[in-house]
Amino acid sequence: MGRITLDKVRKAFGDVEVIPPLDLTIEDGEFVVFVGPSGCGKSTLLRLIAGLEDVSGGQIRIDGEDATMVPPAKRGLAMVFQSYALYPHMSVKKNIAFPMKMAGMPQDEQERRIASAAKALNLTDYLDRRPGQLSGGQRQRVAIGRAIVREPAAFLFDEPLSNLDAALRHGMRLEISELHERLTTTMVYVTHDQVEAMTMADKIVVLQAGVIEQVGSPLELYRAPLNKFVAGFIGSPKMNFLEGEEAAKRNAHTIGIRPEHLTMSTTEGAWRGTVGVAEHLGADTFLHIHPDSARSETMTIRVDGSVTARHGDVVWLSPQEENIHRFDETGLRIA
Amino acid sequence: MATQHSRSAARLMMAPAVFVLLVWMLVPLCLTLWFSVMDYRPMRGTFDCCEGLGNYTRFVTSSSFQDAVVTTLMMVGGILLITVIGGILLALLLDQPIWGQGPVRILVIAPFFVMPTVSALVWKNMFMNPVNGLFAHLWRGLGMEPIDWLSQLPLFSIILIVAWMWLPFATLILLTSVQSMSSEQLEAAEMDGAGAFSRFFYMILPHMARAITVVILIQTIFLLSIFAEIFVTTGGAFGTRTLTYLVYQRVIESQNVGLGSAGGIIAVILANIVALVLMRIVGKNLDA
Ligand SMILES: Nc1ncnc2c1ncn2[C@@H]1O[C@H](COP(=O)(O)OP(=O)(O)OP(=O)(O)O)[C@@H](O)[C@H]1O
Ligand SMILES: [Mg+2]
Repeated sequence: MGRITLDKVRKAFGDVEVIPPLDLTIEDGEFVVFVGPSGCGKSTLLRLIAGLEDVSGGQIRIDGEDATMVPPAKRGLAMVFQSYALYPHMSVKKNIAFPMKMAGMPQDEQERRIASAAKALNLTDYLDRRPGQLSGGQRQRVAIGRAIVREPAAFLFDEPLSNLDAALRHGMRLEISELHERLTTTMVYVTHDQVEAMTMADKIVVLQAGVIEQVGSPLELYRAPLNKFVAGFIGSPKMNFLEGEEAAKRNAHTIGIRPEHLTMSTTEGAWRGTVGVAEHLGADTFLHIHPDSARSETMTIRVDGSVTARHGDVVWLSPQEENIHRFDETGLRIA
Repeated sequence: MATQHSRSAARLMMAPAVFVLLVWMLVPLCLTLWFSVMDYRPMRGTFDCCEGLGNYTRFVTSSSFQDAVVTTLMMVGGILLITVIGGILLALLLDQPIWGQGPVRILVIAPFFVMPTVSALVWKNMFMNPVNGLFAHLWRGLGMEPIDWLSQLPLFSIILIVAWMWLPFATLILLTSVQSMSSEQLEAAEMDGAGAFSRFFYMILPHMARAITVVILIQTIFLLSIFAEIFVTTGGAFGTRTLTYLVYQRVIESQNVGLGSAGGIIAVILANIVALVLMRIVGKNLDA
């Protein structure tokens, strides 16, 4: 079981309120991702849940029981840190065994759990090495192994993949998702990479300056962002925003249109512009278009990889009307 | 760029320094070696050749030699024990955020700046004096008979004095080590259910192993040659005669330069053996 409830949880460092009172429920077995720009309080929120930081107000409940004052070790949560935080003077095996040793678990049970964790994480051949002799991906797996053997009520991950290269990150992303499918344990995952958030989460929590901007499934956030911040943060490349005449025509202060919801033509369309930088990814190409009228600085459009548009070409863009997002002066979505 | 030309120029310019260093080290060593095989007693005017190894056998077989070796080991060991354990505790304490951290740290380091002769005299006269010393007052205040520290507990007293002087050194080095401990590692251990003691024994102590090694090595080298503290307190009496002090007595008090030189060479050899053994034991810690 691992149902975590935050009730008006507040955190201030001295006079600086990093997290204003905040409510959030994480259901048992859910994969919840906290995303937001750097410094928005994701790590702080995670550390509050872990108990490594004291709350300045409010209540944290784990499985319905008040855990606000419970020390970290007693909360039954396991954390994986960005820097892995492995114990450098212990072998991989001792690292993984450490939480069980601290809990005074019988030796044979320890051995059994180490063996099964090592097998699941492909670490069997490395059990006698020191962390310093492992690659980044292997270290991350040891850190995860150390978390698994405790059979915690929930896993907390703080940007676990940000020190890995792109290929490894993709691999580990799949492994963690796989692990979640298998264990069905609650997982709380912090990242500032929206691709990680979209691909892994059951539920995404978008934070800005300690405030929850929106909570929902990845597709909910993609299809119906509650405000301009979420609209701009979720989706890659970023949504294009237009103000003025075009927005007014649609009864909005600002309209947003995603790059994949624009169509391009060389002969006719709604907006005329010239092609700037073209990013060729193979299957897709992202074109940065400079519109003739100053509706927005540049607009990004996603076209098929076979389209050949060159720098300086004149093109026309047309939005798919049904996929236009409308926002009012305060940035809130107009239904 | 280290071209052929610049390298030979560098050699040429280093040559004087190397030469001075060689002379500086080799001349006294050779002189000592030479004296150690001579019957050299300046007060009697004897400067006769070729005692051979006689001085050495006489120095080693005298009963004071064995006592001196034991005393030296006990003194160095005792001081190391106090400074390392005390240093670890002080380092942990000073690492905590406390009020007035800056001044407190400077105060802790202060004893290291006091000259050995001065500190030994201060301890002898102000603290350990059986009549006027602060300890005597304290003991009397508690209704007990004052201890005559330097004659009843001479070895322990000297260990105390020297440990007081070297504690700051140990604290300083161990403090930098404690401060370089990764806080995420400690937090991870905390989440893994390690209490304060487990965190100390499983995380902090192994992390400090290297610094402790350095402290032990450096202190041993300096502590083997303690002299001033013994000279001004007990003068080598009451079983506080270390090897260094024994050599001093042979040369100055007995005016036997030959015997003293032989003792000096033996002391150098013993010190090197101790250093080698230490390096072997702790060397693993250093290159891990
Ligand atoms: N111990 C502290 N004392 C004072 N301020 C702090 C402390 N820890 C964090 N903060 C502040 O709290 C805010 C949130 O920090 P936090 O580490 O939670 O950000 P984050 O969302 O995890 O960012 P990142 O993505 O860069 O890791 C920041 O403005 C930071 O300066
Ligand atoms: Mg962070």
